[in-house]
Formats: sequence, C-alpha cells, structure tokens
Amino acid sequence: MSELAARPDGAVVGRRVAHESAAQHATGVATYTDDLAARRAGVLTAWPVQSEHAHARIRLDVAPALEVPGVVHVLTEADVPGVNDAGAKGDEPLFPDEARYHGHALAWVLGESAEAARRGAAAVRVEYEPLPSIVTIAEAVEQGSFQGFAPTVRRGDAASALANAPHVVEGESFVGGQEHFYLETHASLAHVDSEGQVFLDSSTQHPSETQEIVAHVLGVPAHRVTVQVLRLGGGFGGKEMQPHGLGAVAALGAVRTGRPVRVRLTRTQDLTMTGKRHPYHATWRAGFDDDGRILALEATLTADGGWSLDLSEPVLGRALCHVDNAYWIPDIAVHGRIAKTNKTSQTAFRGFGGPQGMFVIEDILGRVAPRLGIDAATLRERNLYRPGQTTPYGQEVRHAERLQEIWERVRTESAFDERRAAIARFNAGSPDVKRGLAMTPVKFGISFTFTAYNQAGALVHVYKDGSVLVNHGGTELGQGLHTKMLQVAATALGVPLAAVRLAPTRTDKVPNTSATAASSGADLNGGAVKHACDQIRDRLADVAAAHLGGDPGDIRFADGIVASSATERGMAFAELVETAYHERVQLWAAGFYRTEGLGWDPATMQGTPFRYFAYGAAAAEVEVDGFTGATRLRRVDIVHDVGDSLSPLVDLGQVEGAFMQGAGWLMLEELRWDETDGPGRGRLLTQSASTYKLPSFSELPDELNVHFLERAREDGAVYGSKAVGEPPFMLAFSVREAIREAVGAFGPAGRSVELASPATPEAVFWAIEAARDAGAPVDETAGETVTDAAASVTAGS
Amino acid sequence: MQHIVVTVNGVELADGEVAAHTTTLDWLRSRGLTGAKEGCAEGECGACSVLVAAPADDGGTAWTAVNACLLPIAALDGQEVVTAEGLGTPEAPHPVQAALAADGGSQCGYCTPGFACSMAAEFYRPGRGATGTTEAAASARREPHTREPAHPAHDHGPNDFDLHALAGNLCRCTGYRPIRDAAFSLGAPDAADPLAARRERPAPPPRATRVEHDGERFVRPRDLDEALRMLHDEPGATVIAGSTDWGVDVNLRGRRTPLTVAIEHLTELRELHATDSAIEVGAALSLSEVQRRLGGRVPLLDALFPQFASPLIRNRATLGGNLGTASPIGDAATALLALDARLRLVSPDGEREVDLAEYFTGYRETVRRPDELIRAVRIPLPLANLAAFHKVAKRRYDDISSVAVGFAIDLGDDGTVAAARIGLGGVAATPIRARATEAALTGRRWDLDAIREAASVLGGEGTPMSDHRASAEYRALMLNRALLKLYRNTAREEVPA
Repeated sequence: MSELAARPDGAVVGRRVAHESAAQHATGVATYTDDLAARRAGVLTAWPVQSEHAHARIRLDVAPALEVPGVVHVLTEADVPGVNDAGAKGDEPLFPDEARYHGHALAWVLGESAEAARRGAAAVRVEYEPLPSIVTIAEAVEQGSFQGFAPTVRRGDAASALANAPHVVEGESFVGGQEHFYLETHASLAHVDSEGQVFLDSSTQHPSETQEIVAHVLGVPAHRVTVQVLRLGGGFGGKEMQPHGLGAVAALGAVRTGRPVRVRLTRTQDLTMTGKRHPYHATWRAGFDDDGRILALEATLTADGGWSLDLSEPVLGRALCHVDNAYWIPDIAVHGRIAKTNKTSQTAFRGFGGPQGMFVIEDILGRVAPRLGIDAATLRERNLYRPGQTTPYGQEVRHAERLQEIWERVRTESAFDERRAAIARFNAGSPDVKRGLAMTPVKFGISFTFTAYNQAGALVHVYKDGSVLVNHGGTELGQGLHTKMLQVAATALGVPLAAVRLAPTRTDKVPNTSATAASSGADLNGGAVKHACDQIRDRLADVAAAHLGGDPGDIRFADGIVASSATERGMAFAELVETAYHERVQLWAAGFYRTEGLGWDPATMQGTPFRYFAYGAAAAEVEVDGFTGATRLRRVDIVHDVGDSLSPLVDLGQVEGAFMQGAGWLMLEELRWDETDGPGRGRLLTQSASTYKLPSFSELPDELNVHFLERAREDGAVYGSKAVGEPPFMLAFSVREAIREAVGAFGPAGRSVELASPATPEAVFWAIEAARDAGAPVDETAGETVTDAAASVTAGS
Repeated sequence: MQHIVVTVNGVELADGEVAAHTTTLDWLRSRGLTGAKEGCAEGECGACSVLVAAPADDGGTAWTAVNACLLPIAALDGQEVVTAEGLGTPEAPHPVQAALAADGGSQCGYCTPGFACSMAAEFYRPGRGATGTTEAAASARREPHTREPAHPAHDHGPNDFDLHALAGNLCRCTGYRPIRDAAFSLGAPDAADPLAARRERPAPPPRATRVEHDGERFVRPRDLDEALRMLHDEPGATVIAGSTDWGVDVNLRGRRTPLTVAIEHLTELRELHATDSAIEVGAALSLSEVQRRLGGRVPLLDALFPQFASPLIRNRATLGGNLGTASPIGDAATALLALDARLRLVSPDGEREVDLAEYFTGYRETVRRPDELIRAVRIPLPLANLAAFHKVAKRRYDDISSVAVGFAIDLGDDGTVAAARIGLGGVAATPIRARATEAALTGRRWDLDAIREAASVLGGEGTPMSDHRASAEYRALMLNRALLKLYRNTAREEVPA
C-alpha cells in the first residue's frame, strides 16, 4: 500500500460526519458573497447593459444613464487600464465593440442601489448594426463556423472493421445543454483596501484564475489582487471560468470609484449571460458481431461552443475520451470539433464532456439492442471492459474487474431479472401506462486532462494551544471538500475534528491554485493538506520521542494524544505543541501535492491522462403515462466506487445529488433558444425558473438505494479514496434507457426506439406515438399480440 | 409618512422609508437578515421562504410559509415574521434545522434556510399527525369523486408530514432524498416550543397602511368602501390580492406603479358561504384557506389545488388575483369554468354578477372595470358527479400548464351524459369553455365510441400555439387525450402494480 493511501488507526477520515457548515446552513447564518455586501455600507451595485441582438456592431451612448438619480458611473472599455479581456484565451472582450450573443453585457452601470443601477442600464442608448448570426450547430456546420482544435481519438482501423462487421448501424444523436442553476447566482464584491490592494470576494471555483484576470484587466501584478472565497451556493462547473469577468467588473468599479462594488446577477441575467453545458451533435456508424460485441465505431462529435472558446477544448477532449464509457471498442475513430455560434459561451459542467461522450455510446446501444435481438442489459454487460484491456487513447483500464463486480451487485441487489419479468407482465395488462427497467455502467477518468492543473498547495498552522488552522487551494461549493479536508488534517495530526478549523480560501494564503473542478478537489488538496500535516507531525514526533522515549517511529498520534509505543508513555497533543514551541520547532508547514504517473499528448490524443477510473452502475425503473408522456421514477439502485470513502455522508450526497442532476439533464431540463429569423433571434427563451425546470421533489424516485463498492482502496489517492463529484452524474443514463424500454413497450418488439433528449413529457409522448404507429405490442409473457379493444382507448383517436 | 412596523423574530422593526415595490426579501436582507436568499425572484425556488403568522381557521395562528421575494414589505405592516435565523441558531437549532443538518440535508446550503421555513410550517400544521398512520393520511386525502390515480404513500411520512409542503423549494445539490428523510423524521413540537405556543393566540389583525416613497404609494385600505373609493378616484391603481403575480412583474420586469392597493385583508372579500344552491368563495381568501375551508366539498377544486403552483404560492395567491390577472394559463379559471362559476363584481355603484365564461374578453382582458373588484366566486350546486382536473406540464410539482383541462360531467343513472362542462387553459388567449365537446358528449352514453368522437372534437378546440413549453400539436393532442384518460380512469380500475 502506498504511503498516500495508508490510513492510521483511529483515522478521522472514513467517519460519517455532517457537512462542516450544516448547522450554519440550516439556521441561515452561513455567509455567501452577496451576504457580505448586504452588511457593508456604501456599496455600489453594478448592473449590465445587455445586447438585444445575437450579433451586431454596437455604439453606446451612456450619457442618459448618468442623468438617472443614483447612477454614479458607467463602466466602458475606456475605464480599462489593462487588458480588455475576461478570459484566458484572448477572445472574450470584457467590454465588446460587437455584441456576440443575445444578452452579451456591453457596459456596466454603477448605482447607489440596485434600483438606480437597473434604471441606469435601461437608460443607456445602444445603437445596433445587426450582423448575420449563427444559433444552431447545423447552421455552424453549414457555414463552416468552428473554433479551437479538432482532435481525433483513434485506435486500429475502424473503417475496415466496419466494412467487415456482420451488423452495421448508423445514426445521429443530439443531446441538449444544461443550465447549472446553482441556487446562488454569480456574485462578486470588490474593494480597495488601505494598502491599495484590490480585495475581491467572489463566488468563483477558480480563485487564482479570477485573480489573474482581475490583475490583467486592472494592469497590476497579481500580488496586488487578493481573491477570497467563503463558500459557493453551488458551482457545478459554472463558476470555473465564468466569474472572472464579473469579478473584474466589480474590481474595476472599486478602483474607478474608490467604493465597494458588488455584482450579483439576477437569475435571468445569469441564465442569459453565462455559459452552460455544451449541446452535442453526433453522427456515428457502429459495427457489431452476432453476439452483440462492439467491433468498431466511427463518430463525429460537434459541440456547440457558443461565442468564445472558454473551456470548449478540454470539454471536447474529455468527451472523446469517454465515448467508450465502460465498453471495449477494438477499432475506433472519433472526431471532434467545436461550433462557434452566437450564444452564451458554453463551459464546464459536472462531467465536463464526459456525459456528452457517453451519451453517444449509450444511445447507440439502446437503439441497437432491439435490432440485434439482445436485451439492452445483456448487450451492455457483454461489452464491459475486462482486466488488461486499454482505452482507445491507450490507457490501461486498471481495476476493470470492479466494473464486473459492481454490475453484478446492481443486477442482484435490484432484483433486476425478476423485476424485468414482473414489468413485462404489468405492461401486458396495462395498455396506457408502461414501465421500463434499465441498467447502465459508468467509467470516468480522474485527473485534469490539462496535466499542469494536477497540483495543489496547502498551508497548515498549529497554534501553541494545539488548535489547527488549515488553508488550502480548493473552494467549498457545497460538495463537502472542506469537511473532507478537516478530516484529512485531523487524521494526519491525530487530533479530534473539533481541534481543526478551515479558513476561507484566499489567494494570498495559497497561490497558483487549480480550479476546484474535475472531481479533483479532495485528491489534490487532500494530498497537499496531508503533506503539510505530515511535515509538522514528523517534527513533533522528534520532540515527542525525546520526551516520551523511543524513536520518532514509535510515536503515535491519535485523538489528541501522542504516545510512544516503545515506552507506553503519552501526552496531550497541545502539551507537545507547547513543548515544541519552546524548543523552537516550526509549527506550521506548506504542503504540496502533484499527481504522479500522468502523461498525455494532446496532439495525438494518446497517453495516460488519468490517475485512475471511478466506476459505478445503476438500475432505474420508470413508469410512463401513454396519454401524456409524463414519466415517474419508481426505483433506482446504485452501486458506486468511491474508493475507501473519506467521508461517507458527503460521498452519499455527491452520488445522490449527481444522479438527480443527471436525471434532470436527461428527462426535464430544456434550454430553448429563438432559432427563428424574427427580431428575437438568438434569445434564450427559457430564461427564468418558471420556464427552465430543474428536478423538484416530484422527480425523486419512490425508492433510491445507494451503496458503495466495498474494499475499494485506491492506492493513488489520499487515504485510499476516490473522486466522487462528477462520475455519478452519468449513472442517470439508466433513467433515459429505462424510459426507452417503457416507450418500446407501447410498440412491437424488436423495434429500435429513438428518443429525443431531454426526454420531456412531450418528447416521450412523440416517441410513444411513433412506437404505436409501428404496430401493436406483443405480449412477451403470453407470446401473442394484445388485441383487447377496450384495453386500448387511444387507438384510432 | 407612516412608518411600517414589522415584528421579525420577535423584534419590532420600524421603517419610515419603504418603497411600494420593496419586497420582504430585499427588506430583510437590507436589515442584515441574510438567511433568506434570492434564487429566482419569482416564487419558483423557495430560497427566500419565511414564516408569517396568519389567521388559522380556529381563531388562532397558523405559521404560514411564503415567498418573501413576492411579498411587498409594506403588506406586512403590523404582522409577525420568522426567518431561519429566528427559528434557531447553530448552538440551539430548531428541530427542523437539526434534522436538516444531521444527515446530509444541506450541501451548498443556499436553499436550506428556505427549506427550513417551509418544513417548519408543515411541522406546526395544526392536526398534523392527528390522522395517524401514513395509510390513513393518504386515504383521507384521496378524493373518491375525481378517481384520479394518486401516489400518496410516497408523499406522506409516517409522521404525517406532507411532502407537498416542500413542493415550492428547489435544491440543486442533494437530490432531495436526505431532505425527505429529514422531514419524515420530525416529531411533534415540544410543549415549551414558543412558536407552537404562539399558535394558540390570534394572528395580528390587518392594519390600514399607507406609505409613500419616491412618488410611489402603497395603500392597504381600512375597508371595502375605502378601497372602492380609491379605485374610483384613481382608476389607474394596481390592485394586488396576494401579490404573487405582482412580485414577478416588479422583480423580473421592473414594473413600478404610482399607486398599489392591497386588498387581500378585506373581510368583505374573505367570506365563504354555502347554501343549498351555491357555494360562495371570497375572492381574497388564499387558495390554501379555500382548500381548508371547503373541506373537500368541491372535488374538482381539491383536484386542482395540489397542482396549482406550490404551497408557498397558494398560501398567498387568491382566486380574485388569479382571475383578476386573467392569465390564459391561470389554472383556477380552467377549473371554475367547468364548475359554471359566476363572479360577483363590486363597485361604488353596487354589485353585478357575471358568468365566468363571459368574463374574459381577450388576452389578459376582462369585463371588469378599473373601479370594480371581484368580491366572490359563486359555484352553483349541485355539483356534477364526475369531476377531474388534468394538467399537462414538464414537471409534476410546481410548473406552469402547457395545457389544463377541467371536467365536470353529470352522468345519469342510465349511463348517459346529462350535462358536460369543460374548461380549457393554455389553448387560447383566454381560458375557454370547450362548448363543441360539451355538446358532443351531452346525451351520449359514457362509452368508448362517444368518448372517442368527443375527444377528437376536444382536440380541435381552441387555437393552441407552439412555445418553449410545448408545441401546438402536442397541446391539441393533450386535449384529446385528457378525455380519453378521464374515461380510462372511470371505466376501469388501475391495474395493480
């Protein structure tokens, strides 16, 4: 076992503890960025002037805004002392001279109140000279509007393998985007402190990059800007790149006016201005043998990147690396490209392209199974990776046996086969309501594919009274990272959890941090926190050995007591710390961690981009109303591999929450844009909570069983754990496939069911209509066609 | 100008500079009470939920959860509010807060104060637990007349906690399971619980309020006469009766009006009478109050209420408000059309009665004059013996209808349709009656042939449009299917699971 993975006796990691802020959350005292603004005097509010065209040259006249009572200033490009860009790629002007999408922020009005700023923004005159716009992937493809790289993941000779395959199917798939809908919209609060430092509180997942961009907009070195993150009201990737420009507006306003400035987007501003999950279109050809084994796959994935590049390239890279999901595909060629459209700049979202990649293969398998005459669960099972096999990009699928074990456990624990038989009986007697049951697996690669990001820092102080303060580079989005870090520090130092406190994330404490993203927060920052604590513990062990007897190697730290196994003498941790101080021993340490063993060539899309894979599988049962297409989730069974959990309650929350978010993406959440040539072209139509529906209690399955894979230590991660933030999102494919099964039951057997995504009631309804039009269902339990006229009231309507 | 005084978490807070459009949420936050959050500013997410002391039916107080983002603070003059901070502290959390915190009920925590307030309202619901077991609670709520399939077992905890109480609260992190389990783990309020004890005393009476700031006035008249006089003198006034639509206009569309008149407190508009020939429901009763006070007497409305927005909205929204805004997708109108309802309109000149079917004249336009108020909704008796409310939407809880259909059908003993009234929402500029379908059904036997014919007529009613909610084709087919589904649900029992 690696030193990184080994757990000491009495470890605090692995205990089921509540989120470190749970009591503060529930009582309303947990503080978020904009709560600070509410309690600070003299704060100005910044309000955007948003484009009303998808693409237009613009001229601004801000003078009328300055006439509005309470308006202090209007920020425009003229105010920018540094670089007028809000991104890392140089293609996101903070103050554009051309509106690139409907809703694009063109200028920001600073007002004494939100009311004044809003009225001021309404008063700014914008002259538009409309330009041609592109608002769909199809339009972009037709006009050759692409941006960024166009990589290919290739192994073997897919064309030849397809030519020789006994069964070849081809088709297209489209999967829609998704709004993050973190309950807390983007917020920033900036002020200039007594020393001329720009201090920015921001709801950012990537404080160091926010700091860099604020610094370059202001034209100052990074050391003049400090970014602090208290906690986020949800991020999900939506606050990885998107906060930078908003933070820069607040900072610029603070520098320009000398007053604190807040930016807090309204929900509609957030929806219309900030990026979302990328919609993807795919064309594909897949070859199978008679037993349903995948022989080859050729596919082209086109992402809708929106108006600027943002994170579209790494998202696409991850999509291509997850087209295989958990399946062995011997010969494969998958091409990717990024459409440039006049829409919000699509960005990171939980899974980061992985879900879109997996969507393709799951859609293929779901559609092909009936044609091959193999039930979908068996088809998937036959194609699961086996130990020793490698991914299309050349990485060994380590622990592939876990996939098999998880699959079998889900199949058994969900009573899959018995229930499927029961559902067939139910469906035979139920013409208007059908049920479906499906199982899907997940294999998800862990590490940033941008290798440099796989590093982290921490700063741990032990004070003379034995209390411990931990700083690290990760941000708390609600995912429980801070809870895990407290447990890591308490474990490494052998102190009770209550002895450790976490300070808010700040760029002046730990510099050059990576985004809290890619599920990597606990792996990376946990490694760094442990490294810092280990250094302090080793120094203390020297002191303890001198006082308690024995060698430093005999010293054990657990639960606030330090003991020598050689002499069986012990002392309180606080007492040891006090002693060490007087002996002039350093009681603080900086920790650093970098993930070993990575090697990735983005040019050839080959190598070892991931430290390990996270595995899982889910079985979902749905009930579909044939009158309306409405779907209910009846039961879901999940087995997921979180390694040896650092914090079981936190991990359970991640698995359940990710699953439900994935279910929302696939069955409910629908972004609709005005794609007409009318005056509203390019406008987001679902721009509020009343039109963009995320899961509510009504989507919670009646029964939800989640289990972790046992004896699942991951040697390559802190205390044997695994990343958990993203992988379970993709367990929700089981829901979509279950809907497909239920829809199929309305039509004849052996018919491939095509299902739009998201599978909203209307989409499901049309799929049911198509199934019904194809002929009467066959009662598989009786072996004959159901002809009971009274049983089918909708026929002939 | 008059100060308003609001008691928040037991402390009286006065303010002499309240703008008419200042919401309770913004006001609380400006006072440093930042527990309530803005998640959507339109009453969809519940992150702003707070508790208001509202009159209970027994003369005491009901702790009622509302969306603070939709409620003008001036409307709470003289009232009592409890926020998440007032329920408990990290050191001494309220039982609902302790339950949420203990077992994963919060992740990012942003929605959690709102959940705590909605959960507390249900925790304190009078009679919760009195019905005993889950099954008893479920069957008490199942409505025999509508014969609609229900799934109540999963919506009620062993402690009789009704999960619908949380239907207006969204969480993006947890997936809801731990919140449900927290809700279902709650016991009864402790004997020493001050909020439980507060229920025994009456709620604060409404207070006449008049504030003016920056040229905008907010007025809560003393009585109906004063209200009508004001509307007569200033016909441009904005009338609010619950403010759940007003709040959306104010927050999302920046609507500002010189005069806002709040009427939901007027006792003349808050009466509920039943005679042998009609039930008359005061237009300013909240939908929650209407539901409670009808006590199941109008099954069609009982089918409607759980599908009408969320409890946070129903605790404020009124029938008068819903009919006053005249939205084509206002669900209440759809049901009331099927009930053959009539409206009592009152003005300084007296009263008149209007058939609801003749009330709507165009998109958000009605026969109501600017100086008239809807006093009451009259539902004639006896009711049809078959009633149902079908709502088609993307999401089952708290969504806006793509299509809504209210059915009230009189089936004679001989199995023929004696009379049929069908209200439709979402398929025209106004809610409409499906007259052709009604005619096609009347006098026919309630059998599959007649239903199929009538359903195809129903599918052609109205002029449905395509929008982000649904396509025109889907809407039309949903009308058709609604009748078929109704027939299915009446013609044979559900297939056992």
